[in-house]
Amino acid sequence: MSKELIRLRDLTMEFDGERILDAINLYINDHEFLTLLGPSGCGKTTTLRIIGGFLTPTAGTVTFDGKVINDVPPYQRQINTVFQRYALFPHLNVFDNIAFGLRVAKLPKDEINERVNKMLEIVSLKGYGHRSISALSGGQQQRVAIARALVNQPKVLLLDEPLGALDLRLRKDMQNELKRIQQAMGITFIYVTHDQEEALSMSDTVVVMDKGRIQQIGKPEDIYNEPKNAFVADFIGESNILDGVMLSDFKVKFFGRTFTCVDKGFEPNEPVDVVIRPEDIDIVAPEEGHLVGTVTSVTFKGLNYDIIVEFKGFKWLIQTTDFHGVGSTIGIRLNPEDIHIMHKSEYSGMFGDYSSYSAEYDELTEDAGDEEE
Amino acid sequence: MKKNNSLLLSAPYILFMIVFTLIPLGVVGYYALTDVDTGRFTWENVQNLVLYLPAFWRSILYSLISSLICLLIGYPVAYFIAHRGPVMQKFLYMLVMLPMCMSFLLRTLAWVGLLQDTGIINNLLDSIGLARLPLIRTPAAVILGMVYNYLPYMILPLYAIIVKIDNRLIEAAEDLGCTPAQTFVKVVLPLSMPGILSGMTMVFVPAVSTFYISQKLGSTDVVLIGDIIERFFKQGNNANMGAALSLLLMILVFVCTGIINRFGGTDEEGAVIV
Repeated sequence: MSKELIRLRDLTMEFDGERILDAINLYINDHEFLTLLGPSGCGKTTTLRIIGGFLTPTAGTVTFDGKVINDVPPYQRQINTVFQRYALFPHLNVFDNIAFGLRVAKLPKDEINERVNKMLEIVSLKGYGHRSISALSGGQQQRVAIARALVNQPKVLLLDEPLGALDLRLRKDMQNELKRIQQAMGITFIYVTHDQEEALSMSDTVVVMDKGRIQQIGKPEDIYNEPKNAFVADFIGESNILDGVMLSDFKVKFFGRTFTCVDKGFEPNEPVDVVIRPEDIDIVAPEEGHLVGTVTSVTFKGLNYDIIVEFKGFKWLIQTTDFHGVGSTIGIRLNPEDIHIMHKSEYSGMFGDYSSYSAEYDELTEDAGDEEE
Repeated sequence: MKKNNSLLLSAPYILFMIVFTLIPLGVVGYYALTDVDTGRFTWENVQNLVLYLPAFWRSILYSLISSLICLLIGYPVAYFIAHRGPVMQKFLYMLVMLPMCMSFLLRTLAWVGLLQDTGIINNLLDSIGLARLPLIRTPAAVILGMVYNYLPYMILPLYAIIVKIDNRLIEAAEDLGCTPAQTFVKVVLPLSMPGILSGMTMVFVPAVSTFYISQKLGSTDVVLIGDIIERFFKQGNNANMGAALSLLLMILVFVCTGIINRFGGTDEEGAVIV
């Protein structure tokens, strides 16, 4: 729909011989909201810092609007950044922080006043101009940081975990706010986060990264519904991942039983990873089920129950709105579209088993928020 | 409970302050306002202070110049050190500290050896056929002595502040369009201000009351206030006049450091004097 603005070609970054980014290829369209999503140390912040001009890649090129900008210093790029933990100037008040870029650009005073005041309104900080930075709450500082970047009307805004330090409620509000601002101003956003929910709800395109490589690029729906490998399936949402064998197109065998699925194009009898989302599983009476298992744990989550069900020694996570007590026997049915088949990858066998449910689940829900260098 | 504890813990220091600072200060005040022979109350010493105003101004001027030179030399050094790797930083920090381990007197005497008419520099000039230069007994020699002796007191607080400036602020400035030079003026320098102020104070205060440097490196007619005070106590046997001079010097130091800190404009951070 829109034209390409930024392209990364074989972007590679090494620190002290350690490969942080491994031949990243990616293009970003004008007006796009693109999110780099991945766990700590996956290379997402490094990618962002290269685009911002704070790091020079070891190999590969960054192209902006058709020109290679590897060696262009940050102050000559039409890109602004919202830094992790904001990096606001402590010696300047709110107004002067936001006006900083405009003053450097030597704009007329009237225009600076007008633009800063308008920006203060956009981020709902009208009347806060003379406050000192240290007198602001985290959420307010956050908005000053966004205003300070946006007031320069950059072509691209880079956001490095901008909501990481905020509490859940505020984070939700700011997510909506950011999306609204992005659409209203028509600026390309490149957003770094480790929060998959944030990525799915805000982005046009999600780039899932791990170990310095792109694991999958796609629309949020595609990433969620068609994960490419066990890492993506596990990182985005919850997944039960099983070993299976693709007998032929639309036929997959696991747990000693053949299921109909909607996937094709695999080798006959190719070993595959089978993904089943916990919310797709229908619970039925034991005699009607494809599989029969025993509930071993129940957790009330508000909207639903998370139950762990054991099938032949393998534990699944199932989300259901009906209560099934520990020890009860239930049957499940799997519709063809609930079964997603993936090629085996280096991640096979590492994820998707809920045998050690509690520990893993805590780890996933806990927004560690730790910073990535 | 907690309050009592903190009082108990600070008691030794409070006692120390009373015995060795407050009481002596009272004694100085008492001496300043009494006659040297009769011991009676008098304003004479205070009135006589006017005679020594030129020496006061000279001391303040020399120390201000020295502080500024120290700042000009010290800032780049501190900035350089703060931007090295951790190992190099430690090494350079130690290098800055090193002269402070040597006796103050010895350091000043070394400059005498270098600068005097038959000193190392002049002998060298002479040996290559050039004329000897009047290096010693000049105001420049006194200021050189001050700069040399007090430079570490400028570098160390500057380094301590500069090393703490968050690198992301520098990146943010560049991100917002600042060239490296603009980043320095608009962000690094304002954020270094507390270091500059405490460095200036740390150099200015000892320099303004110094006596040894001017005696060894200055000419006999360039007398600093420290020299005069020393003379009253050790030779003139007029401790009362010396006390009056000391009091005035103390007041002037307070005023000067106040002015230096006012320059910074940041009231809270200006409080990091000595």
